[in-house]
Amino acid sequence: MTIDLREKPLTAKDFKGKVDPDWCPGCGDFGLLRATQTAVAQLGLQPHDIVCVSGIGCSSNFPGYFNAYGMHTLHGRALAVATGVKMANHDLTVLVTGGDGDGYGIGGNHFTHTARRNVDLTYLVMNNQIYGLTTGQVSPSSSVGMKTKSTPFGNIERPVNPITSAIMNGATYVARGFSGNLKQLVTLIKGAINHPGFAVIDTFSPCVTFNRDNTYQFFKQRIQTLESEGHDPTDWKAACEKAMEWEDRIYTGLFFENPVEKPLHALEPILDDAPPVARVPEPITREQRDRIVARMM
Amino acid sequence: MSQGFDFTIVIGGAAGQGIATPGNILARIFVRRGLHLHAYNAYQSIIRGGHILLTMRVRDQEALSHGDRMDLLLCLNQDTMTRHLRHLGPGSYAVYNTDTITPVDHQEGVNLCGLPVIEVTGERRNRLAQNTAALGVIVHILGLDFEVLESALTLQFQRKGDAVVSSNVSVARKAFDYAQENFPALASPMPRSPSPLAVWTGNEALAMGGAAAGVKFYCAYPMSPSTGVLHWMARNARELGIMVRQVEDEIGVANMAIGAAHTGARAMCATSGGGFALMTEAIGSASMMEIPVVFINVMRAGPSTGVPTKTEQGDLWQVLGASQGDFERIVVAPRDAHDAFATIPEVFNLADRYQCPGIVVSDLLISEGTFSVPPEKIDMTPPIERGKLIRDANGTPSAYQRYLDTPDGISPRAVPGVPGHVHVVATDEHDEDGVLISDEFTNPLKRRQMVEKRARKMEDYLTRVPPPVLEGDTGADVTLVGWGSTAGVIAEAMEQLREDGLRVNRVAVKWILPFHGEAMVAALSGAKQTLIVENNHSGQFARFLRGETGIAADGHIRKYDGEPFMPHHVADGVRAHVNGLVPGGVFVPEQEIIV
Repeated sequence: MTIDLREKPLTAKDFKGKVDPDWCPGCGDFGLLRATQTAVAQLGLQPHDIVCVSGIGCSSNFPGYFNAYGMHTLHGRALAVATGVKMANHDLTVLVTGGDGDGYGIGGNHFTHTARRNVDLTYLVMNNQIYGLTTGQVSPSSSVGMKTKSTPFGNIERPVNPITSAIMNGATYVARGFSGNLKQLVTLIKGAINHPGFAVIDTFSPCVTFNRDNTYQFFKQRIQTLESEGHDPTDWKAACEKAMEWEDRIYTGLFFENPVEKPLHALEPILDDAPPVARVPEPITREQRDRIVARMM
Repeated sequence: MSQGFDFTIVIGGAAGQGIATPGNILARIFVRRGLHLHAYNAYQSIIRGGHILLTMRVRDQEALSHGDRMDLLLCLNQDTMTRHLRHLGPGSYAVYNTDTITPVDHQEGVNLCGLPVIEVTGERRNRLAQNTAALGVIVHILGLDFEVLESALTLQFQRKGDAVVSSNVSVARKAFDYAQENFPALASPMPRSPSPLAVWTGNEALAMGGAAAGVKFYCAYPMSPSTGVLHWMARNARELGIMVRQVEDEIGVANMAIGAAHTGARAMCATSGGGFALMTEAIGSASMMEIPVVFINVMRAGPSTGVPTKTEQGDLWQVLGASQGDFERIVVAPRDAHDAFATIPEVFNLADRYQCPGIVVSDLLISEGTFSVPPEKIDMTPPIERGKLIRDANGTPSAYQRYLDTPDGISPRAVPGVPGHVHVVATDEHDEDGVLISDEFTNPLKRRQMVEKRARKMEDYLTRVPPPVLEGDTGADVTLVGWGSTAGVIAEAMEQLREDGLRVNRVAVKWILPFHGEAMVAALSGAKQTLIVENNHSGQFARFLRGETGIAADGHIRKYDGEPFMPHHVADGVRAHVNGLVPGGVFVPEQEIIV
């Protein structure tokens, strides 16, 4: 008996990868993985229609644990690679997964420009505010005062604010999740995948091994959802104000959404009424060649 | 020396004086007459000011270099006159505006063709009038009818409207008439051939090679002297359906091209040495993930920012060693613009076949030079061979493994979107199934298997690229070895040396890595005195050749002042070596024309 997988509705389990995660027990990344598998199953996506691109770091091992086409690229370069994937074949659903060091540190330049271009990607950042895979150094998201192996006397640099950065740089769907709140994460990820543009979900994903400051307990004491306050995600100023809060109250949820701005591929004239360039026949025509040569004469 | 027509026009001025326009107009006139053109523009990184010198060599047969002579010098400013009039020999011409420019000391027999531009044309305020007037003088000297210039001016200025066309034609006409009365023309006028030629720059040739190869994704960060590739791609993107993106940096460029290539689109990017340095980590990742991408490195004088507008062959070791680790790559250095055009589709076919990065090494001399090309040689439908590429689910294997260890080492490559072939490509070392072996349970047996699988892919590579060959007299006294863009200038130096009675042959190396070592040993086995010609200081190719073949050259001719070799530079070097006048073994010619 043959089973046609295409006809079968998929569940989160069908998006389990070939190997089990090698993350530390209790790592926040498990939550985001589970939420992503649930979200794509609920959206009715097929593994072969998804490309999951990552960089390097603990969380960047994500594609190996997720049943979809995967690209485990260089440290910090996932957004650049993913932009190439999306612009060459915009029929694909492209997810980008990685950590805060990968995305806001070494890959910071690409973060700025991917947001500015509004490339239709879903960027899932597992933010643990520490460099985990290199055994615990300060990250661009680490709080002032945090003691790590590279800041034994306390961090003196201020952290990046991923939410306001993303909004200011032009991302059109900007949210924050917490791996301790799967229900909210699934909703945010589904919204991000459905959103036509650059969607960023910065997710608190506690590192239980190297970050003793930003623990599950730390977040649970402070987190408040934007939904509960009736925040209007089209109001970017209110979004930025909410995103600046940190000490006593930290918001999660959808900060900002711009439903009007078109994604890059929709603005690209060569794609008007044409298939993705990855599916266009390679040879150029005799007429095209003759027109080119005529201009050289 | 050729008995036919061989004439070099040199136009000098400051940036912003509009040298490009008369240069373009003359180029069109020449190639429409079926004459061959080889133009080199010496310039600096400045938008206004400085000194620019455009050398246009016109010949009734293919011009392999910009030559050794100045037959006609058009001075657009005094600086040009002061710098270069002394380079003119008897029978040559200096054309200049007497309103602003005064001749300096010069050799006897130079025809000084001073034109009082304001008096002749009546144009007082239009500072570009001298350029158009000069064209009238030059067309007269070349023995051409005025109508030739009139139609070229019309073509050049028609976009700006009839008034601009008619004022330019009127200025040129007055200057032409004045020249007819006052200046001698060439004894035998510029000939014509029945077949008009086309004209392109090397960068345009590289871009067109990409288009012909079926490139559907091109991205770049602007960097001289590679930016012309981006300009051509951007201009032609819509007509040809090519996705062209300008990216935030070359790190992004290389990675974006890799992402696009992974989807099955042919992807290419071009840069110069500094940008290439930023791309290198990604080039290694293309090798590890086994994704074919073609990277073009247009060399300029370095290191670091170096001399952005000058040429050099200083990046050989950079491309050989680009990226950490030990991996397979293709490196090729085309010899000229047409060769660059024809090489790109070949490199794509090889990169697709072997699923590895292909690196094309050009330089400023090729890329920014302007050359004629017979239109029939522009074949934009070369064979396209994609190798083991799976773009649909037909014939799905029951358990697809992206890095399957096949007998030839090449694993079938499925692109995202194909059902039944879901897999992960990884920059970490991985097993046949794409599962990482780097983080836990690092497996030395699997690591060795994958290293050997990737290496095995290249075992038949050398059967697919032509070996280096010895060209010219066998048993010659001297064998010249060059690589990439020096092929043409070496060939012309050989002609000059033949007239001296020196027998010289050559090997022009193009396919660099993997290298045809045995064929190279065979090609050089009968060489009496081997001299390596290269545009760098340390002899990068000489060291490469020694490493690959054990052959140490008998002497070297090197130039590293930013300007390209002229044929006599190479010929002088050969004579010096033959006469035992190069004690250190390295002859460095002096650049006479200072720009």
